[in-house]
Amino acid sequence: MNTLVCIKRVPAASSAVTLTDDAMALDTRHVGYTTSPHEECAVEAAVQLVEAHGGTAVVLTVGPEDALEQLRDALAMGAKGAVHVVADTDAFGPADVARAVADVVSGRAGSDEAVDLVLLGNDAADTGDFQVGIRLAYRLDWPVVTGVRSFTISAVDGAARVAALGDGPDGVEHFDVPLPAVLTVKEGGITPRYPSLPGRIKAKKAPVETLAPGFEPAGSGRVRLHLPPEQPSQVQLLGEGADAAPALVDVLEQIGVIGR
Amino acid sequence: MILVLVETDADGVALLSAEALTFARGVAASGDRDVQALVVGAHPASALEGLAAHGVSRVHHADDERLSAYSAAAWAAAAVDAAQATGATTLLAAASPRGNEVLAHVAARLDVSMAANVVTADADGAGLAVRRQVMGGAALEEVHLTGAAGAPALVTMAGHAVDPASADAASSPSVSTFAPVLTDADLVARVVRSEPVVNESGGLTTSRVVVGAGRGVGGADQFGDLLELTGLLGGALGVSRVVTSLGWRPHHEQVGQTGSRVSPDLYLACGISGAIQHWAGCSSAKTIIAINTDAEAPMVTKAHYAVIGDLHEVVPAVNAEIRKRRG
Repeated sequence: MNTLVCIKRVPAASSAVTLTDDAMALDTRHVGYTTSPHEECAVEAAVQLVEAHGGTAVVLTVGPEDALEQLRDALAMGAKGAVHVVADTDAFGPADVARAVADVVSGRAGSDEAVDLVLLGNDAADTGDFQVGIRLAYRLDWPVVTGVRSFTISAVDGAARVAALGDGPDGVEHFDVPLPAVLTVKEGGITPRYPSLPGRIKAKKAPVETLAPGFEPAGSGRVRLHLPPEQPSQVQLLGEGADAAPALVDVLEQIGVIGR
Repeated sequence: MILVLVETDADGVALLSAEALTFARGVAASGDRDVQALVVGAHPASALEGLAAHGVSRVHHADDERLSAYSAAAWAAAAVDAAQATGATTLLAAASPRGNEVLAHVAARLDVSMAANVVTADADGAGLAVRRQVMGGAALEEVHLTGAAGAPALVTMAGHAVDPASADAASSPSVSTFAPVLTDADLVARVVRSEPVVNESGGLTTSRVVVGAGRGVGGADQFGDLLELTGLLGGALGVSRVVTSLGWRPHHEQVGQTGSRVSPDLYLACGISGAIQHWAGCSSAKTIIAINTDAEAPMVTKAHYAVIGDLHEVVPAVNAEIRKRRG
């Protein structure tokens, strides 16, 4: 059971963002970076699969040289191998990223490292395209389930299957697909572990396979970025502490969410 | 022509799809094109009334018993068939989980680009100039979508980017039913079982009032006053990512980029700083009231009203005041 888990390095902006002079990217000189949240859950799921079923969990990113930091974080959580497709993410649209991942999966087909399951995040925290996992599945001709909160692997009549669940409009939806498959994971069912100190030390020395994409990217179609119009604060202060309760309830009455 | 993939629920046209239809009319106005609807599988009769109220000129109904259980690939097959048969220049859906998923399948099938979470779209020559939310809405990406030869521009509309409204003039659309070409591969990843969610706090995304709770609550056992307030207002409890990450409340209550996007009449944010991740989920509320000890917190400065103070002092006083006025 070999799992490939795909992660993305994203800016960890918590409040206002600024743009570069050409408005083609976020100005990230003053923000940190992190792994996109859904993908931390995907890494955890991949590590748990190895703990339960053996096999390998290899982490992959398509990103700039600095994305090595996020690969090391995933290795510290327990991933056993890392693949870094070094690329300028801003020049790569979702179809390009899917192609780069598919090339890695295809390159391993038929070997001991043949991939049985690809895990990705449901959507990236920065670009939010919702496409890489699905486009990857079509390239590989594998089934794909998106928005997966948790899943289990089992063997049915000698063939491995994955039972996955996620949130649908009417409740929890269950899927049951044969492997190999692509799953995109959503935060909510799998809690990422904090890496142990020995895990971190080991991750620093772990080898990372570095690749260059074997094609020219088609791009994302980005013309430029804009910041939403800045709204001057129009907050009306109702007071301080418990004394403000009557004024607050007055507002509740004014906007009609409470009857007398 | 703009073809809108419409999701339905027991009441008819689903809220986010009603927004998408409203949005589509605005886009059509910029390009003098009409709006038609695609519904997949079974739907209530009230959905057709809703589509007429939205003024669509035609309804395309994909009908096949194999569509009774949801499969994104099968829905995408239906959407591709309908778009190609009608020559739609744009295929639009709500940026709901279904909408994003189905359009991404369409994008992969046709090998064309797609723009998710779009807030504005204008006809631009043969293509579509759109702006879409990135970084949870903290920035907008301008993208030019050029419909490839014979393929529509693919757009999902960000939830609550417009208020849903009926068209000026209702229509009486003709309904054309068609059987999409489905392969076995389209049915592999389908819903095999569905069970209703047991959500003790009520419908987070449909409530008129959402009481928000953040790190300022202080602990899993500190929610009593907030739950009482939620009950008094007949609302739902929504929490920040910190609260679910710390395990204080279940993830299905999370409001934000990795949780639910809500658009209630009132969002009452208690002890929430208002990081981008959270603002992405609550900014569409009609009125926002913040209770926070920090007068400089983004949630306070972006709110319509604010009380500066410890929520554990303010909320019990608000509860008492509501009870007092009710007598």
